[in-house]
Amino acid sequence: MGLLAEVSGNIGSIGYGLAAIGPGIGIGIIFGQGVQAIARQPEAYNLLRQNMILGFVFAEALALIGLVMPFVYNATG
Amino acid sequence: MSSLSGNAGTLLAAEEWHAPGLWLFQWKPLVEIGPFGITKPMILAFIVVLVVIGFFWAAFSKPQPVPKGAQMWGEYAYTFVRDQIARPMIGKDGDKYLPLLFTLFVFVWIMNLMSVIPLAQFPVTSRIAYPAALAIMVYLYMLYLGFKHQGFLGFFKNKLFPPGMPKWIYIILAPLEFLTNFIVNPFTHAVRLFGNMFAGHILIAMFAITGYHFLVVAVSPLGLPLGIVGAVMTVVMVAFELLIQALQAYVFAMLAANYIGGAVHAEH
Repeated sequence: MGLLAEVSGNIGSIGYGLAAIGPGIGIGIIFGQGVQAIARQPEAYNLLRQNMILGFVFAEALALIGLVMPFVYNATG
Repeated sequence: MSSLSGNAGTLLAAEEWHAPGLWLFQWKPLVEIGPFGITKPMILAFIVVLVVIGFFWAAFSKPQPVPKGAQMWGEYAYTFVRDQIARPMIGKDGDKYLPLLFTLFVFVWIMNLMSVIPLAQFPVTSRIAYPAALAIMVYLYMLYLGFKHQGFLGFFKNKLFPPGMPKWIYIILAPLEFLTNFIVNPFTHAVRLFGNMFAGHILIAMFAITGYHFLVVAVSPLGLPLGIVGAVMTVVMVAFELLIQALQAYVFAMLAANYIGGAVHAEH
């Protein structure tokens, strides 16, 4: 079977788009629930903010790896 | 301008609009000593070291009962790191690790801040080597503390087999925990800081190049609005980067505290 479809241009940008889906959903959930929790219990703000940021950075790591990888791939290839 | 000698040629030679790429981060050595080349990021890192030492010296060498000037800012930052990073993440004995965490926070922050300082305008941490060195340091310190406080086997047992799970699940959980704690965590610790600064610098550069290109290099009626958008967005992005820089320094120190806390106390 021959070539059915071809993508030209920078494939890395498509890869980044795919890599950003999961963390996007994750960060949305984290901050959505976090803000809700703060609204319900404003006196726990310090504790909640800490855990929100911690969860945010763990979710964000995946998107950042997706951002960096195309450059790494381009630099070697 | 000497500070631009690394890659300004690439920018000025561009007749048509080019998105910024990796060349933003590749600096030719300014001075070469044998196999080593001194590049701009190295010089900036050295300046940052001097600035941090100088600031700490000014702030804490002769403490006054009523703090003012550098001492006031130093103590303010110290209290912030103690109350927001060390104590919540490590616990009551977090104060013991404050010198490391406080230095990490300030050092990383000033390195990030170089992104917006005129003439410097390069975040030192957007070269992976700088965050990687700091992350490796924290990683080795975490291993040392873990072995010291929980014993060699105990540390691995506590890390790989968190209590309170059904027995059979450890077959899946232990390799995953190993991957998370000993490979992914130190890797993302460095890459998070690097990636944020890298992306931020590219964003600022992209808007700045857009503004420069359409307002100075190739002025045209169609390009003018685009150039104005680029120029305005450059200012907005610099303001946004100021926030991100402080946040990333905070996050870097917080994760270091988190790893140290996990090594000092077994999870319960």
